[in-house]
Amino acid sequence: MKKSLVFISLLIVFVGTQFAAFSQQQRFPKPEFESGYTQPVTSMPVPSSGMFALLDVLVLIAALSLITWFILKKRSRTGVVAVSIFSILYFGFFREGCVCSVGSVQNVVLALFNPGYHIPLSALAFFVIPLAYTLFFGRTFCAGVCPLGAVQDVFLMRPVTLKKWLQKALGLIPYIYLGLSILYAATATDFIICRYDPFVGIFRFNATFFMFAIGAAFLLISIFIARPYCRFFCPYGVILNLVSRVSKNHLTITPSNCIQCKLCESSCPLDAINKPVEVKQMEDKRSATRRFILLSLIIPALMVVGGWTGANFHENLAKVNSKVRLADEMLHFDSKTMNESLEIVGFRTSGKPVKQLYLEASEIVKQFYYGGWILGAFIGLIIGLALSGLSTYRYREDYTPDKGNCVSCARCLKYCPVEKD
Amino acid sequence: MKENKKNRRDFLNTCFRFAAGAGIVGIAGVLAVKSQKGDFLWQLDPTKCTQCGRCATSCVVTPSAVKCIHVYDMCGYCDLCGGYFRPNVKKLSTGAENQLCPTGAIKRSYVEDPFFKYEIIDELCIGCGKCVKGCGAFGNGSLQLQVSHDLCVNCNHCAIARDCPSDAFSRVPIEQAYKFAGFKSNKKI
Repeated sequence: MKKSLVFISLLIVFVGTQFAAFSQQQRFPKPEFESGYTQPVTSMPVPSSGMFALLDVLVLIAALSLITWFILKKRSRTGVVAVSIFSILYFGFFREGCVCSVGSVQNVVLALFNPGYHIPLSALAFFVIPLAYTLFFGRTFCAGVCPLGAVQDVFLMRPVTLKKWLQKALGLIPYIYLGLSILYAATATDFIICRYDPFVGIFRFNATFFMFAIGAAFLLISIFIARPYCRFFCPYGVILNLVSRVSKNHLTITPSNCIQCKLCESSCPLDAINKPVEVKQMEDKRSATRRFILLSLIIPALMVVGGWTGANFHENLAKVNSKVRLADEMLHFDSKTMNESLEIVGFRTSGKPVKQLYLEASEIVKQFYYGGWILGAFIGLIIGLALSGLSTYRYREDYTPDKGNCVSCARCLKYCPVEKD
Repeated sequence: MKENKKNRRDFLNTCFRFAAGAGIVGIAGVLAVKSQKGDFLWQLDPTKCTQCGRCATSCVVTPSAVKCIHVYDMCGYCDLCGGYFRPNVKKLSTGAENQLCPTGAIKRSYVEDPFFKYEIIDELCIGCGKCVKGCGAFGNGSLQLQVSHDLCVNCNHCAIARDCPSDAFSRVPIEQAYKFAGFKSNKKI
């Protein structure tokens, strides 16, 4: 009986190769064992518990509180370095750079635009808590809690000052990056911040060569140029920069009155110290009015041009979306000259009608059209505001940290000879 | 005059600070309420899976958090197992040259004539899906790829989901963590 069963099985196996559809059915019934064999249980491991998520949030709060205390009360650079090293070890190497505040921007955007997505509480906490601290104490998160910032800060040996125009120009990149990552997260296309994180591959010891090369390049650059990723790429830094400008208790270079000794002048590797302006000048009324009218014309014009350009690029932007790419591939597929890609094979097996795919893809492309307008207008606005920032004049009496760009690394504090009252 | 100007700037700063604070609290509140609806995790739908092999290479965890899981209820305990043996093997033995699995992660043991038990050694499985393809083509399809949730770090955006050519990955409520094709699990997690 059993031998014949095996024979039949073999037969079916060979026939089965010809009829793939047949394979969906259960061909071989489960045997009834006579030897008292007990069947093992199908393993379904339980999801790893949320313990670490809670611990991460607690560690984040503790590290933020500690570093804020070091910066604002103790005014200690050593403390900042200590917390930085802890963050690199814990958030970087131990937790492998996940969850991180920089990436959480995308979770928040996806949750806002996509009703089907429930953001994990820990990701939300990682987004909100540094923002709250920044609102009250400046960018103390950037100073040494963020493992990406900390690892660059530790590498900084011989800071070089960049030209002002170069800083301004490169400083536009994070806004574009933020805009793009919001666009891609809102359309549920991709999480580009996570994908192009320069250090996560190093933290995990499993980077591809390309990823490792980028991370290593950033680290090499950060020996000379302070925090290249933070200043010229980080999209979360953009948000913190804006929030920090209105922060309540930002780090101050002098603990009491500034004695204008000029010692701190070149201490900041990020060029985030605003020097006092010697003579108070008033811009004459006519040139001020003219500048105001010019800017109020230029900024909307830049927004329209940017929006129009973004909208024209929407098809290229949409190509990142896998569905759009597949639809595009299906449309241009020529069975005579091309081999079917895995994507096309996968789609054919799914049995979904091609028309539905095209419909879904065109819906996504349409989203990118509006997204392109908004993104372009946003970039135009940012460039316009940067221009207006260059042309405005502000009087200052003391050396003060630039609340937006200062990451509260506390280097300048060492140079200030003024003692606390 | 100077005093006045300073106050104006402080006043504006305070206004912006309150606006920013309200914005942060608002977003956090809305999303926190939403996130109360439960935890979600990534799941592989074996009915859509085409065993392209990308699960083995795309996962951020090495070796992949996707593993072959054996649904014993569906297994035919065949002597000639399509998931275990390479096509056209000379001998139905446990010899390495006969095995389909590139890492030797399937353990074959004799039960009773003519039945054999196949077990997956989790540590060795890389989630390439070769055995799954074989079992699906020639057998009952009891070997199935699934996300092993004790290993999955539940990324923001699953790297395999991005690369999956057949759209088999999706985020599901934690209660539906596992989905096996052709077999209903009664177990709740």
